Amino acid sequence: MKKFDKERVLLALAGPAIALVVAVALTSIVLLVSGKSPFEPYSIMFEQATFSDIQVLIINQATMYYLAAVAVAVGFRMNLFNIGVDGQYRLAAMTTALVGAHVALPSFLQVPMLILVAMLTGAFWAGIAGILKTTRGVSEVVATIMLNAIATSVIAWLTLPENFGVLEGNNSTTGPMNESGWIPGFELPGGEVYGLIVLAVLVGIAYWLVLGRTRFGFDLRATGASESAAAASGVNAKRMVLMAMLISGALAGISGLPILLGDSHTYGLTFPAGLGFTAIGIALLGRNHPVGIAFAALLWAWLDKASQDLDYRGYDKEIAVIMQGLIVLAVVISYEAVRQWGLKRQQQRVGEELAAAARKSKNSEEVAAR
Amino acid sequence: MANHDIHFSVRKGTVHALVGENGAGKSTLMKILYGMQKPDEGTIAINGEQVSLSSPADAIARGIGMVHQHFMLADQLTVLENVVLGSEKLYGIGGQARKKIKEISDAYGLGVKPDVLVENLGVADRQRVEILKVLYRGARTLILDEPTAVLVPQEVDALFDNLRELKAEGLSVIFISHKLGEVLAVADDITVIRRGTTVGTAIPSETTPRQLAELMVGSALPTPETSESTVTDRPMIQVEGLRLEAEGGRPLLDDISFTIHEGEVLGIAGVEGNGQTELIDALIGLKGADSGTIRLAGEEITAWPTRKRREDGIGYIPEDRHRHGLLLESPLWENRILGHVTEKPNAKGPWLDLKAAQEDTRRIVREYDVRTPGIDVTAASLSGGNQQKLIVGREMSHKPRFLIAAHPTRGVDVGAQAQIWDQIREARREGLAVLLISADLDELIGLSDTLRVIYRGRLVADADPATITPEELGSAMTGAATGHLEHDEDAELSEATLLEQQAREDAPDVVETPDPQEAPEDEAR
Repeated sequence: MKKFDKERVLLALAGPAIALVVAVALTSIVLLVSGKSPFEPYSIMFEQATFSDIQVLIINQATMYYLAAVAVAVGFRMNLFNIGVDGQYRLAAMTTALVGAHVALPSFLQVPMLILVAMLTGAFWAGIAGILKTTRGVSEVVATIMLNAIATSVIAWLTLPENFGVLEGNNSTTGPMNESGWIPGFELPGGEVYGLIVLAVLVGIAYWLVLGRTRFGFDLRATGASESAAAASGVNAKRMVLMAMLISGALAGISGLPILLGDSHTYGLTFPAGLGFTAIGIALLGRNHPVGIAFAALLWAWLDKASQDLDYRGYDKEIAVIMQGLIVLAVVISYEAVRQWGLKRQQQRVGEELAAAARKSKNSEEVAAR
Repeated sequence: MANHDIHFSVRKGTVHALVGENGAGKSTLMKILYGMQKPDEGTIAINGEQVSLSSPADAIARGIGMVHQHFMLADQLTVLENVVLGSEKLYGIGGQARKKIKEISDAYGLGVKPDVLVENLGVADRQRVEILKVLYRGARTLILDEPTAVLVPQEVDALFDNLRELKAEGLSVIFISHKLGEVLAVADDITVIRRGTTVGTAIPSETTPRQLAELMVGSALPTPETSESTVTDRPMIQVEGLRLEAEGGRPLLDDISFTIHEGEVLGIAGVEGNGQTELIDALIGLKGADSGTIRLAGEEITAWPTRKRREDGIGYIPEDRHRHGLLLESPLWENRILGHVTEKPNAKGPWLDLKAAQEDTRRIVREYDVRTPGIDVTAASLSGGNQQKLIVGREMSHKPRFLIAAHPTRGVDVGAQAQIWDQIREARREGLAVLLISADLDELIGLSDTLRVIYRGRLVADADPATITPEELGSAMTGAATGHLEHDEDAELSEATLLEQQAREDAPDVVETPDPQEAPEDEAR
């Protein structure tokens, strides 16, 4: 039996490994075609990763990627495609910033309150898509894309100076948050790591526990694996869709908090956008697995942050973007190929082992016990 | 390996039947013939010329056409549009195509009207459209995959008439089936497939269904007889006036009432698609009843959700184990949890108890003889019979009070079949109530204490399994007989002749011709 476990780990790693190799090879071809060295950019980027200030940037970026990617992964685990993580994340960050600017509680109340506000806002926004799907059958893909656009407008309107907006130079923001809601970071030689990295770790552990070790998680995974079998097993599919959307939205909601409570302390035009879309690729690459997503988030953050220096060394930093795109493409293809290959291989091996066992002992009672 | 050492040849102008149990490899063979799958070795020759078929388009170009079990028609298009779809180049999409369709329809007596919307057609008409579609593309050899599974007997007769027309015109038909009576009635040659290989041929006029069945399973048939009655007078499940409607108010189930007592097996006989699926769905809670009540041990459960019903002791062996019984890409121990996630040993409070679940999976594998190298392999890597043993083991492990057993031995080899029957019998002795739905009439008669016949969503007849014969039951399944079926000593004839005779008798004075609107829906959902 152990043999099968090892095989499964091997199969799990084969997918991303193949995808990365293919992506690197294709990127090198792009470099070659444009008449540049196909290898030097990698060494520059590896070198960058050794600098402590870049390391801090990578870790901070990865923290946010991680939270958003787990939000996407919750949906993926039950075949729900929450493209709206980006809108949920931005709306939640803006709402939290607003509440943080206008409410001043003592720190031990303020921080949990802000986290709750972020989760509720994200869950509310994703919940709209969930309710549309369960009551009217609207595809969550369409609904969340539209909700992204609506979120953009809602945010723009709320941050107008005549509403809640505060102008800081050219930047229209939600005004500075009260300091009781700030979360200090961890001081490292290269800078400050967001304090809420702890939250990301906790979310990862909770995700693993809930999905793998609870009845609820089993129902959720079963629904993703086979909706008809899950329904026959007693899962209420509609309730499950709504729950998954709410959880996904709540996680999307807190994915902006590390930077909001740890660094910017306000929501404005410079607040990073597009996090939710990047997270889709990261969740894919990380195979929706809590540890896999962590590695994928670090890889993505490294490509983001270590590529900045390429511009000063005669290369274009967009090489990293090309690579990210290629990784996503390669990942989708290689995972499916490895999955099918693995299934086929297992079927053959089961057949072989049974045939061998049957040959060894004609007493068929023995076979089952093996 | 799904197929090996397959040999057979089809003569021009004949109907050649391929028979075998579910999972014997018929579908794989058919896919190879139709170019959907490539053979690893061996050759296919058409008219003596060796061919290699790498896609269905290849096969069509060589004059091979296929009518799938689940129809591939667009409901919102007309017959004409469906037929020309993808073959617009042959005769265009207008008048010429319409003329050609009429021509083919008349030549083979198909009676297809080109301008009707497909959604308004009944199952049998849709099947004729499929056949016409294939002929329109110039097929000289037709493959029909289990064509009778969705038809009522009168429709089967009509189909057989069409097939006879086809072969009179010099076309060849490959007829895939596991219904032996039908095969003997229509085929000119029979090839039997077992475990992926051809094991023999038979000449219909010299063969009885029983001989053919034994050739199919490879040994003398075990009989599913139960000896002493264990029926008590304590009702376990009571269904009264159950009605289930399709969208639009057409009844799928109407006025279904029955009681199963502790220790009783109630068998439901019927042609597939007469409401069996809906009855199962209503009992397990996948579909809500439109009216009527269901009681479990006296308690009304009509409004209960599926999970509560299962927790309360309803076991479920589903019709389609891949769709409703298993998570194919999950390991066996997760499949052991499926359907019983809230129960011991799988859960402790809201948490899963993985250790206990895995331990119990090992026990099931051992006690129910599931052939597997371990419990971490995926369910998909087991053979159909072993998957079924796992499901039976899982359901029996929770000591159900009421078991819904739909085709419990479908696609299961003979050894496992006997074993599953034993388990049902044993549980019944301990007071289990069983609703048995099966296409295998011998199984129904052998296991049941009481028999009911379902026809177009109604329970139309009942019979005593101790005296009834499969033939008598079969005639009630066509709707020809209702009420209490009495065994008639004089009707003892060989099965094949009887079936054929019945086919002839039914033809002239059909009691009620199936109305397309009312005919059971195609199983494909």
